[in-house]
Amino acid sequence: MPDAGQRAPVRPALIELTLVRLKEFVREPEALFWVFGFPLLLALGLGIAFRNRAPESIRIGVLQSLPSAVAASLDSVPGLSAVRITDDRAGAQALRNADVAVVVAPGANGGVEYRFDPSRPDARTARLLVDNAVQRGAGRVNPLPVSESTISERGARYIDFFIPGLLGLNLMGSGIWSIAFAVVTARKQKLLKRLVATPMSRAQYLMSFLLSRLFFLVIEVGALVGFGALVFDVPVRGSLVALGVVCLIAALTFSAMGLLVASRARTVEAVSGLANLVMLPMWIFSGVFFSAANFPKALQPFIQALPLTGTVDALRAIMLRGASLTTVSGELLLLLGWLVVPFVVALRLFRWR
Amino acid sequence: MTAITPLAPTGFALRVRGLRKTFGDVVAVDGLDLEVSPGECFGLLGPNGAGKTTTIEICEGLTEPDTGDVELLGRTWPDHGDELRQRLGIQLQETQLSEKLTVEETLRLFRSFYRRGRDIQDVIALVQLEEKRRARVGTLSGGQKQRLALGCALVGDPDLVFLDEPTTGLDPQARRQVWELVEQLKVTGRTILLTTHYMDEAERLCDQVAIVDHGRNIALGTPRQLIAGLGAEQIVSFAVEGATEALDAAALGAVAEAVRATQPPRATGTGWELPVAATHEAIPTLLAELDRRGLTLSELRTHLPTLEDVFVSLTGRALRDA
Repeated sequence: MPDAGQRAPVRPALIELTLVRLKEFVREPEALFWVFGFPLLLALGLGIAFRNRAPESIRIGVLQSLPSAVAASLDSVPGLSAVRITDDRAGAQALRNADVAVVVAPGANGGVEYRFDPSRPDARTARLLVDNAVQRGAGRVNPLPVSESTISERGARYIDFFIPGLLGLNLMGSGIWSIAFAVVTARKQKLLKRLVATPMSRAQYLMSFLLSRLFFLVIEVGALVGFGALVFDVPVRGSLVALGVVCLIAALTFSAMGLLVASRARTVEAVSGLANLVMLPMWIFSGVFFSAANFPKALQPFIQALPLTGTVDALRAIMLRGASLTTVSGELLLLLGWLVVPFVVALRLFRWR
Repeated sequence: MTAITPLAPTGFALRVRGLRKTFGDVVAVDGLDLEVSPGECFGLLGPNGAGKTTTIEICEGLTEPDTGDVELLGRTWPDHGDELRQRLGIQLQETQLSEKLTVEETLRLFRSFYRRGRDIQDVIALVQLEEKRRARVGTLSGGQKQRLALGCALVGDPDLVFLDEPTTGLDPQARRQVWELVEQLKVTGRTILLTTHYMDEAERLCDQVAIVDHGRNIALGTPRQLIAGLGAEQIVSFAVEGATEALDAAALGAVAEAVRATQPPRATGTGWELPVAATHEAIPTLLAELDRRGLTLSELRTHLPTLEDVFVSLTGRALRDA
């Protein structure tokens, strides 16, 4: 009679559980796309949309009734492109449609009138350029000579700002979704109930989720940071170790939140709703797509307390400004708080059947 | 298999006393007693909703009873939870194993939870899934999934096995395969508690059967004893031409008395059933009685009494539509 595990060695349950997590994930092509493919596509799309390029010229409208000398002085101004407009009505129409930023019309006393919407930044810029050209055409001479030199600094572009944000967003999304879905599916299929009827350690079951997250974390972070560096030349000025530590803590934090989200839900629909409820404020407020400083001051304490804000701030500090772990210790403490509290609460609430 | 089941202090592999469990207003289990000897295959037979699953899940340590004692292998929940889980083999009614894993991976995972157990290749052979070893669980048929679930129950080389409706929803061939597996388990001396609402399953597999209805144990014995308790040699089913009202209750009673039915007659919807002690005497009498009343037989059959008839005689309801 065969005895215990003579032929095939029995591996420890924690290893088996973790391997199962990895296999289940790899065998789910959709999940692979959302975790790895989608962020890269997003980065590529937004990187192209917001790439640095020669500033486009602003369109201005010139009424045909304008004296031809003035109109001629507007024809070849760098940064402006002039279009002829037949009458006042057409000019008003063009402004309303934002076809042009400024309409230049004849003014009182042989002067010139600028019609524009001052709340549009490009209209204000165009007004200055137009006025400068009109006045110079009329003979104004600059009393002070000026010269210009332009820069495009690596680290100051939108894509530099965006890649660390996207990295944080990805850590949040995959951390929360991967755990929430797997746990709730197992609960719904009564697999959790079956597992707790075995001698399996419940702590090891939960730990296997964290371990498998860490495995994918390396690939996930490597892919996104590597992609940013290769395709858009996004810098990593701080140490890779510091970057790794922040990613690790953030991944564990969001995993703990995923566990909390999944601790009671019985259906995938319920857990999706909860996960979105938790993540939506962070999508909006945490400064992934634009700086969180744009939000009103009254909201800032709330925004700064969000784990994704802490993650994104720490990642930007390390990647763009070369900060050390000490510099981002405030953010790390915030993340640790978000790791410990949800984890402890999740363990207490967790529904095993 | 040479695993030795140490005798519990009570001598029973499983003993349940005065078990009671309510869910809100619903009384699922209402004072149930069970005694299962080592090496015995014990069946809980009853209709859906009789409290079988609640009872078995209390025994498995998954549900806490409101009142009552459960003793397994001389141990109790929750004092010896870890030890008990090592020695129980469990198959739940609704578990869906992970569809992305293969048969082998699933068994290997379950094996890793037990300190001692069987080699998974032996278990694969035992549940006849050799050809499906590397197939994903999602591609298995219902019967193959159920055999895998049984495999998961057996990897820990359990002393006491719980099977909750192991063949529900399976086609006849798949049911027979599961039965053969359970019979093999019995040969190796495992104690088995199984629930079922199929009387043929209970008759074939179980040494002892408890018939459960409304959370109570209404009859206990070997299938043979329970059937013998009907005192009937055969069950005579008959129908008459015309409406079923052609035979009113009084007339039916008279007919039943004339054929010396061992139990009151039962309407089946299209006709009636009469348990009789001596078929050769009962049938001529029945024909004469009907003839005397001017009724024409449209159907006449007899069958050997089954546990179904036991259930009917105890509850007045059929097992399937109970």
